[in-house]
Amino acid sequence: MVCAGTACVSCGSLGIKKILEDEIQKQGLENEILVVTTGCNGFCGQGPIMAVQPDGIFYQKLTPKDIPHLVEEHFLKGRPVKRLMYIPPGEENPVPLISEIGFFQKQRLIALRNKGLIDPEKIDEYIARDGYRAMAKALTSMTPEEIIKEIKDSGLRGRGGAGFPTGRKWEFCRKTKGDAKYIVCNADEGDPGAYMDRSIIESDPHAVIEGMLIGAKAIGSNKGFVYIRSEYPLAIERLGTAIEQAREYGLLGKNIFDAGFDFDIEMKQGAGAFVCGEETSLIHSIEGITPEPSQRPPFPAQSGLWGKPTNINNVETWANVPRIILRGADWFASIGTEKSKGTKVFSLVGKINNTGLVEVPMGITLREIIYDIGGGIPGGKKFKAVQIGGPSGGVVPNALLDLPIDYERLTEVGAMMGSGGMVVMDEDTCMVDIAKYFLAFTNDESCGKCTSCREGSLAMLEILTRISEGKGKEGDIEFLEELGKAVKDASQCGLGQTLPNPVLSTIKHFRDEYEAHIKDKKCPAHTCKELISYYIDSDKCIGCGLCSKKCLVNAISGEKKKPHQIDKSKCIKCGVCYDSCKFEAVIVE
Amino acid sequence: MHKLKIEDLEKIRERARRATLLREGDSKAKIIVHMGTCGISAGARKIMNALLNIVEETEVKDVIVTTSGCAGLCSREPMVTVELKGEAPVKYVDLTEEKIHKIFSKHVLGGKIVTEYALAIGSEREP
Repeated sequence: MVCAGTACVSCGSLGIKKILEDEIQKQGLENEILVVTTGCNGFCGQGPIMAVQPDGIFYQKLTPKDIPHLVEEHFLKGRPVKRLMYIPPGEENPVPLISEIGFFQKQRLIALRNKGLIDPEKIDEYIARDGYRAMAKALTSMTPEEIIKEIKDSGLRGRGGAGFPTGRKWEFCRKTKGDAKYIVCNADEGDPGAYMDRSIIESDPHAVIEGMLIGAKAIGSNKGFVYIRSEYPLAIERLGTAIEQAREYGLLGKNIFDAGFDFDIEMKQGAGAFVCGEETSLIHSIEGITPEPSQRPPFPAQSGLWGKPTNINNVETWANVPRIILRGADWFASIGTEKSKGTKVFSLVGKINNTGLVEVPMGITLREIIYDIGGGIPGGKKFKAVQIGGPSGGVVPNALLDLPIDYERLTEVGAMMGSGGMVVMDEDTCMVDIAKYFLAFTNDESCGKCTSCREGSLAMLEILTRISEGKGKEGDIEFLEELGKAVKDASQCGLGQTLPNPVLSTIKHFRDEYEAHIKDKKCPAHTCKELISYYIDSDKCIGCGLCSKKCLVNAISGEKKKPHQIDKSKCIKCGVCYDSCKFEAVIVE
Repeated sequence: MHKLKIEDLEKIRERARRATLLREGDSKAKIIVHMGTCGISAGARKIMNALLNIVEETEVKDVIVTTSGCAGLCSREPMVTVELKGEAPVKYVDLTEEKIHKIFSKHVLGGKIVTEYALAIGSEREP
């Protein structure tokens, strides 16, 4: 297996492969030995690299003159060539290889290919990793129609939420007549727990700029905006530096590469409203007017910024574009599932061992993300569900762990890809509480233009609050379902149309938990304070007094070395006693 | 800087490769401090400052100290990647100023991986 990753190819691995095949044929071994190329092995500093299976031997830093000797010794005589090996046999490698660590092993990097490798404040380092080559190709040897066809054929879909095919979006805007056209990068990432876009800009800002340049050429635009939330100071700084450096090199500005194409980018900072992630609100915010959504159609591609045709894509979408142009639509389309191509970046947060940012091929199962990459749930707790897609998404329960992740599958189960936030929840997370949390967020962030969204979210939040306080009534669940559907139908923009999702999906998958709150007045996850109480098991309590020392309201009393008691009238149910007891004597019900 | 032509891109690529790829440059080691928002909030600036101080004190000339973005494993920040000439990069996690001193003297100068702080050897895959 000869590595054909970018780094190995650039130091000659394809030449090595050719010589290897010739030598194997010379020795008459072509029926026994198959030469294949693989993706990057991760030892880019050691390339060209090849692995011999089933022996599991890694050869490194191969040169053409090593090959005849290697083929003769290893393949013909069965004597592996020690001097070319990465780790000679018998020598233990005390530190695992990155390919042996689950967190890295299952990831495939496209949008984040430069993360952790280049200095994002040095344009030269981006150029060293093939930066701006895709733009050079697009500007000098492709027509706008060819660029759009390439993006369409790649199957790239919007990474910001709904997953609209990017190539088609570009085509609409291309075909709309207009004296000026704009393109926009949506970096107004606002979902709780999501930070994919921030990280892409922070680690590789030029990838976004190059993607926008290619998109601008395809659409016929000379002016781009990056709408970025002001809560991302480092991303703003690095993107600003990157734009400056690109201008100095003439990669932004007039007559780029003398190809008769002008383009420049301006940054606009958001003022913290979640609704600005919605296309039409975002446009209004850039225009300087109140960021309320407007009716579509007309779509931004027909009438966007200042009434001109405008194309908006998310940060991650833009960052994928240069790789597609450089490596071709077929390469990109070979990764992923039938309708969802390529990779997706997820931020993995919540009750998970390896919190972090991961880029995985579409079609990977939830189980692989949670257990192989995420390393499972901390503290030996059980996995309960994962909230995908933030406040617009929904929960995917334990029973659907083997669900392959792509746009359609997630929508089928009541969640959505969204921008890619994954909040992992364990057995201690209450589903009513989670729904309440997201509704409180969207209720707060609703711009208030549509009654259904403004009042509907409030009504739903009030019902959820009532349920969590043990005041739920028969019929509440059905009413929530009905109201949720009405809010979806009657709201103008994505915020209102998706805000009932957390409620509807938790009801769909955890109806019994809602019923326990309403009928039995119990919170099975022991989260809703009004429905739980703490007491001390007198058989287990040894009277160490630790809990009474820690109790903030002096609700625990008892003699030393004798079982203690909790005064329920004083107890505020903070759980400090439960967490501090070393003998599992504090019980919560 | 004058405006780039396409041929210049190739020149910059070669120049930058020499400067950043150890294989082609004069330096014997490169230390990348991962400084995304997550790394910085976990203390990456302290690690960076400590490293710069060590380099200054020891007057080592052939070690590149540079920064990059988040390495992805945010829960194990601060992280650095140490790469010696001719060897695969090693990722270190959960760093403190003390740990980085030890890594510098044992690994960067002495060539021996500090196994107790190391997470893994190698770099990630691109499809």
